Amino acid sequence: MLNKLYDWVDERLDITPLWRDIADHEVPEHVNPAHHFSAFVYCFGGMTFFVTVIQILSGMFLTMYYVPDIKNAWESVYYLQNEVAFGKIVRGMHHWGASLVLVMMFLHTLRVFFQGAYKKPRELNWIVGVLIFFVMLGLGFTGYLLPWDMKALFATKVGLQIAESTPFIGSYVKVLLAGHEHIVGAQTLTRFFAIHVFFLPAVLFGLLAAHFIMIRKQGISGPL
Amino acid sequence: MHRGKGLKFVGDSRILAPEAREKKLPKDYSEYPGKTEAFWPNFLLKEWMVGAVFLVGILCLTVAHPAPLERIADPTDTSYIPLPDWYFLFLYQLLKYSYASGPYTVIGAIIIPGLVFGGLLLAPFIDRGPERRPSKRPLATGFMLLALAAITFLTWQSVATHDWAAAERQGKIVEKVDIDKTSEGYQIAKANTCITCHGDSLQGGPAAPALTKTGLSADEIAKIAKNGFKTMPAGVFKGSDEELKKLSEFISGLGK
Repeated sequence: MLNKLYDWVDERLDITPLWRDIADHEVPEHVNPAHHFSAFVYCFGGMTFFVTVIQILSGMFLTMYYVPDIKNAWESVYYLQNEVAFGKIVRGMHHWGASLVLVMMFLHTLRVFFQGAYKKPRELNWIVGVLIFFVMLGLGFTGYLLPWDMKALFATKVGLQIAESTPFIGSYVKVLLAGHEHIVGAQTLTRFFAIHVFFLPAVLFGLLAAHFIMIRKQGISGPL
Repeated sequence: MHRGKGLKFVGDSRILAPEAREKKLPKDYSEYPGKTEAFWPNFLLKEWMVGAVFLVGILCLTVAHPAPLERIADPTDTSYIPLPDWYFLFLYQLLKYSYASGPYTVIGAIIIPGLVFGGLLLAPFIDRGPERRPSKRPLATGFMLLALAAITFLTWQSVATHDWAAAERQGKIVEKVDIDKTSEGYQIAKANTCITCHGDSLQGGPAAPALTKTGLSADEIAKIAKNGFKTMPAGVFKGSDEELKKLSEFISGLGK
């Protein structure tokens, strides 16, 4: 039945190459921990992606309860944390996932760096990877404000001060992020929410796609 | 597989035989010697299992350590000591040093991080040689180890100098206890400067705990008011014994 359905679609759209290009390739011995245990260092990139998927899924569920305005943001998080079934688990996954994704990404970066895997022809993929790193830090920074508790508000104030100290464009960057020259308030929260939930994920998806396409195109770097 | 003008792969796993290099075409995976494994479904299944174990680990973590939530943001509280999430601590600490703060903020906030992250971004164009082993690239390896040491040191400094007990106190969610500010007990507390540290609703502050829901008896409160406790000095209370009795009964009864 499923086969027939597949054949029916394949006959019309030729979908076989789509998934074969992604899935049908050999994993070389030197990156396979089943053959060399030390090859576990090659897992960090995949782990980063895995935690990113967890972040996307848990984040989607969090937005079912979260309200991005200064009167209700904290209340909605408190409610989610203490009243909603499994709310504590979902929020906990998003909270710890944020740290884990950075740890895994950092280890992945170190692996690629120390192995010199960024060398020709993989320079572009390295640049895309570092941009992903920046986007992840941006997601961490904007997400930290959203619960609208004390540490969120004051850490964001410090972060905005740092952004403001940029020469020439500092004050514009701050207004763009905070929505006001001095007040960190209702505007800031909605902007950070929009950046955290729409802008940065959109950029992230584009960069991730480029990252993976380049890996498939170039193959994984060889043994040292 | 045809590949355009023929990219040259440095140390690519698929280039082994000289004849393959002559043709400037990477070998097909099927011709690759050694124990390769099909990604789909064999290798992916193993990855899936590792992922499942990892997921269980995360779930255990969320149950053992729920995500923290401090009290609702209060922009008027100027005594709050801010702290970013742990992965920004190194930057936060850097900005505390005298040549990276104040009039030099631009050095600590923009120039130094800009150089570090700019160097990271442009690493393939700075470290251009064909060598890949860390030992054959002493500059690249050295700078990365230096950056790692700096980040570790700054993060550690930040953690070591932060007052974690005060941080926990200042962020705690305190249930509001209605306090009758016209009561005699509150007036005595006010007269004896209790509220300077413990807050005008006795909700606590960065240097002192809340006086609501203490769970202490009136006698214990009286003793602390006279003799001090931990960082609270002795002799803060200067009233009569009768006032002390009223005060301690008032505080002991808050939020009971």
